[in-house]
Amino acid sequence: MKRIYLDYASATPIDSRVLDFSRWYLEDMVGNPSSLHSLGLQAKKAMEESREKIAGFINAENESTIIFTGGSTESNNLAIQGCSLRNTGKGKQVAASAIEHISVLNPMKYLQKNGFRFSLIPVDSQGLVDLEQLEDIVTKETLITSIMYANNEIGTIEPIKEISSLVHEKGLYLHVDAVAAGGYVPLDVQKDNIDLLTLSSSALYGPLGAGVLYVKPGIKLQSILPGGGQERGLRSGSENIFALVGMGEAARIAKKERAKETPRFQNIRDSLIDGILKIDDSFLTGHPTLRLPHHASFRFSYIEGESILLSLDMYNIQVATGSACSSRTLEPSHVLLAIGLKHEEAHGSMVLTLGRSNTSKEVPHVITAVTNTVEKLRDLSPLYKKKK
Amino acid sequence: MAQNIGYSKKVMDHFFNPRNVGEIKNPDGYGKVGNPVCGDIMEMYISVKDDHITDIKFKTFGCGSAIATSSMVTEMAKDLHVDEALKITRNDVASELDGLPPQKMHCSNLAAGALHEAIKDYQQKKKNK
Repeated sequence: MKRIYLDYASATPIDSRVLDFSRWYLEDMVGNPSSLHSLGLQAKKAMEESREKIAGFINAENESTIIFTGGSTESNNLAIQGCSLRNTGKGKQVAASAIEHISVLNPMKYLQKNGFRFSLIPVDSQGLVDLEQLEDIVTKETLITSIMYANNEIGTIEPIKEISSLVHEKGLYLHVDAVAAGGYVPLDVQKDNIDLLTLSSSALYGPLGAGVLYVKPGIKLQSILPGGGQERGLRSGSENIFALVGMGEAARIAKKERAKETPRFQNIRDSLIDGILKIDDSFLTGHPTLRLPHHASFRFSYIEGESILLSLDMYNIQVATGSACSSRTLEPSHVLLAIGLKHEEAHGSMVLTLGRSNTSKEVPHVITAVTNTVEKLRDLSPLYKKKK
Repeated sequence: MAQNIGYSKKVMDHFFNPRNVGEIKNPDGYGKVGNPVCGDIMEMYISVKDDHITDIKFKTFGCGSAIATSSMVTEMAKDLHVDEALKITRNDVASELDGLPPQKMHCSNLAAGALHEAIKDYQQKKKNK
C-alpha cells in the first residue's frame, strides 16, 4: 500500500530543491559568519541573502527585522519573554487566545509565576477569537497580546488585521504566531501592523532547527539567551548556517508556489470534507470557510482518536488526533476544549493536513479507510449501541 | 508503522483483531468500568456454568491499549473457574501483551477491573438466588 501522509502540520519533509540549495553548507567547509576571513564572509553573505528572502516572504520593512532562532518555540519565547522583560515598566499583563500553541501559553504561565497577570481570551465554537472579550481583556497594562494567524489543530484563520487594530487601540504589542499559516496565507506584517511574528522553517519545507522572529523596527526586546551577541544581541550562539540558508530558500519557494498550490489544496480538502461528513455523527471542527486551504479536521462521536490514528496507520495513512490518549499529559487538546467540546467529544478527533505529496487521486481511498475505521471502532464501542 | 508508538506486536494484533467482541443477552455477570470523560469505558459480559466462565464478550470505547487489554483479558479468563479469573491482575494482562507503554499502564489498563466487576455481579446474583 502506498503511503498517504496527511500529517504535514506535525512534520514537513525538507523540499529537495531546498536541500540542493543549502547542502553545500552541510558538506563543505563552512566559515563562522562572525569570522572575517573569506569563508566567514561567504557564510555571512548566504545568511543575509536568506534574511532578505524571509523579509520578502512577510513584506517586512527591511531585512534587519528578521531574527534567526533555533525554531518556532524559541521564537515564541523570545517574543513573549523578551518583550515582557524588556518593557516591564509599561505594564504587567500578558494575554493570549485560548487556542494558542503551548509554546506561547507556557512562557506566559512562566511570566505569571514571576509577577505578571496572564489573561486568556476565549474563542467561539468555530475557533474565532471573541473580539468583544479581547476588547475587555486588553488594556494599556497589556504588554503583549499573542494571537495566532491560523490554528494548527482546527485550521481556523483569525481576522488578524481587525485584531491588530483592537490590540493597538487598547493595549501595547501584538505577537502573531504564523507557524501554521506560513506558506498558506499571504503574510504582510506592514499591512496587518504586526509587532512580532513567529515563523518556522520546517513548516515551510525548510530544514528543522531554524525559526524566525520578525521584530518591527523600534521594538525593544531583551535577549533570553545571553552569550556572544549574534542576531543583534537577541539570539546568541553560532548560527546553524545550513538550516538558516535553507529556510530562506524554502520561504522563497513557498511564496512563489502559494497561488498555484492553494486551489489544488482546497479541492482535495473539500472532497475529503464532503466524503467524511457523510459518516453519521461526524462533524467538522473549526471554521467551515475561514480555514487553511490544506486543513480538514473532524470529530466522530462514540470513538476515540488514538484508535482512529492507529487503525488508519494500518492503511498506511498517517493522521493526527487531539485525543487525550495520544498526548503526553493524557489531557485532551486545549484547543478542542476551548471551542466548547466536552472531554468525550474531544477524544474522538482527527486532523488531516495536506502537503505537496498529496493528490486528488488519494481522496477516495482515504474516505473509504476513514469510513471503515469509524464503523469498526463503533462496533466495538459501548457508547454506540445506546444510540442505535 | 504503528509499533513506533511503543505498542508491542501483541497489542497491535489484539487491537486490530480483537477477540470476543460483543454482548451476551441475559449474561450471568455484567461489569462496567471507566467513564467517557477520562476516555475509556469497558463493558464485560460473562456466561458461567459450574462456576466456570463458558463465554465472555466485551465492548470498549478507548485507545489502542484499552481495546487490546479488553481483548486479552477475555482470552485469559475464558474457561477459568471464577475464583481463578478473579486473580487476574492488570499487570498480568499487560505482561501477556508483552508490556504496555508506561503512560498507558494506569489509564488504559482497566480490563481486569471490568472482568472482576462482572464476576462479582455473577456471585451477587448467585447469592440472591
